[in-house]
Amino acid sequence: MGAVISYIKSLALGELFKGLSVTARHLVTRKITVQYPEEKAPQSPRFRGLHALRRYPNGEERCIACKLCEAVCPAAAITIESEPRADGTRRTTRYEIDLLKCIYCGFCEESCPVDSIVETRHYEYFGEQRSDLLMTKDRLLAHGDRCEAQIAADRAEDAPYR
Amino acid sequence: MHELMAGWLPWLPDPLLQLLIVLLKIVAVLVPLMLTVLYLTFAERKIIGYMQVRLGPNRVGPRGVLQPLADTAKLFVKEIIVPAGASKALFLFAPIMCLAPALAAWAVLPFGSELVMANIDAGLLFILAFASLGVYGIILAGWASNSKYSFLGSIRSAAQIVSYEIGMGFALVGVLIAAGSLKLGAIVEAQQGLGFVNWFFLPLLPLFLIYFISGVAETNRAPFDVAEGESEIVAGFHVEYSGMGFALFFLAEYANMVLLSALASILFLGGWLSPIAGLPVLGALVDLPVIGTLFGSGVHWLAFKIAFFLFLFLWLRATFPRYRYDQIMRLGWKVFIPITIAWLVVVAVLVMLQVPPWFDKV
Repeated sequence: MGAVISYIKSLALGELFKGLSVTARHLVTRKITVQYPEEKAPQSPRFRGLHALRRYPNGEERCIACKLCEAVCPAAAITIESEPRADGTRRTTRYEIDLLKCIYCGFCEESCPVDSIVETRHYEYFGEQRSDLLMTKDRLLAHGDRCEAQIAADRAEDAPYR
Repeated sequence: MHELMAGWLPWLPDPLLQLLIVLLKIVAVLVPLMLTVLYLTFAERKIIGYMQVRLGPNRVGPRGVLQPLADTAKLFVKEIIVPAGASKALFLFAPIMCLAPALAAWAVLPFGSELVMANIDAGLLFILAFASLGVYGIILAGWASNSKYSFLGSIRSAAQIVSYEIGMGFALVGVLIAAGSLKLGAIVEAQQGLGFVNWFFLPLLPLFLIYFISGVAETNRAPFDVAEGESEIVAGFHVEYSGMGFALFFLAEYANMVLLSALASILFLGGWLSPIAGLPVLGALVDLPVIGTLFGSGVHWLAFKIAFFLFLFLWLRATFPRYRYDQIMRLGWKVFIPITIAWLVVVAVLVMLQVPPWFDKV
């Protein structure tokens, strides 16, 4: 008997109509597409985009060349060389992040004892050749200078949860 | 028509005049058809997009309405690549073989009681014959490409079309029994009477559903698109085609969809007949001065019904996953054919007993 009922049910196409009603409902619902260049999806203050090196308010660069970020980087994207400066402090002479290797995991930022290397909200960048995607120390510092206000605000917002 | 043209162009010899009239008729049918196909591709992307809670194409022109033109322009300027191992003549002939029958079948479709290019007596047979010819294009394309995926696609599509042709044929036999004529105009006129109640889709409901589902299978549309099966055999029979060759296959597929929708409306939904003409109360609307023509029978009703079926095609595609190959065969042979044969007996009995309101006219 059950077999007969299920046979009749399948002939009445009940399940098919159920499926059709689902798509019909969605035909008239509000669309959730974000029209990208005009609209942008909301970002978290923890967003991990392009990297930057920060400075102290007096203009001194934060990085002390401890190389923790280089050690923790799972993609081995960071290269650091350092030597003592004239005033006796240890500073980097070379700090490079290869964006083609980077996986944007944020470990460098987590490992940094002086909050020097950070990842910013900036994600719309490109390179016309490979060297464009190699962030040198100058470029990292310059990007940090450009975004310092935003970076500081994001750190402050996230601070209570750390 | 003939007298009118002779009045305008009196210097033209008669055979040429006839030719000109036929050409004008062909243009009058094909231009709206091509426009429909053009915007059907757009409607498909939009509707499926909306059903997937997306917006669909909306960048070319206001709300994306120029998208099909951009696509056409792109396909026109693309290179036609002929694979080294392909059988060149057949490879180039196959898309034409696919498209031509889909267009030729329109010659006998009636758009109104007088609006038909060739009102031949065996119109339905003509259409069946041409619909079956289309499969040769697909088989040729798959074979001539000399590619394994193409060949697999064409084998699948051949088997599928042959299987579903039987169920579809039987469904049409039901219509023939009900209407008593192979002439498409006569089939529509047999559905005249009590508005939509008199249309054949009510007494022939199972045949109507089977006809439409077989039609979807016949045009190789989702959920019966194993011949293309982009996730398993890339694109099936047209994997080696590019540029205009590919565009012709695309055109053929969509022209076939329109043709099938038109046929379904003519055979089961009363073609150009108005759904309310002849009904007890609503039927009075037809006699109203201006909007009466809108409610009365006419080409616009046929267009509306075709649009309904086309929407159904897109809706099915947005909803159902692809059938497995053996499921397709099971559905065609073990479900559709028995049901159609059983319902043919029912229809025959209904006709013999002259059951009103459908079969009491003769």
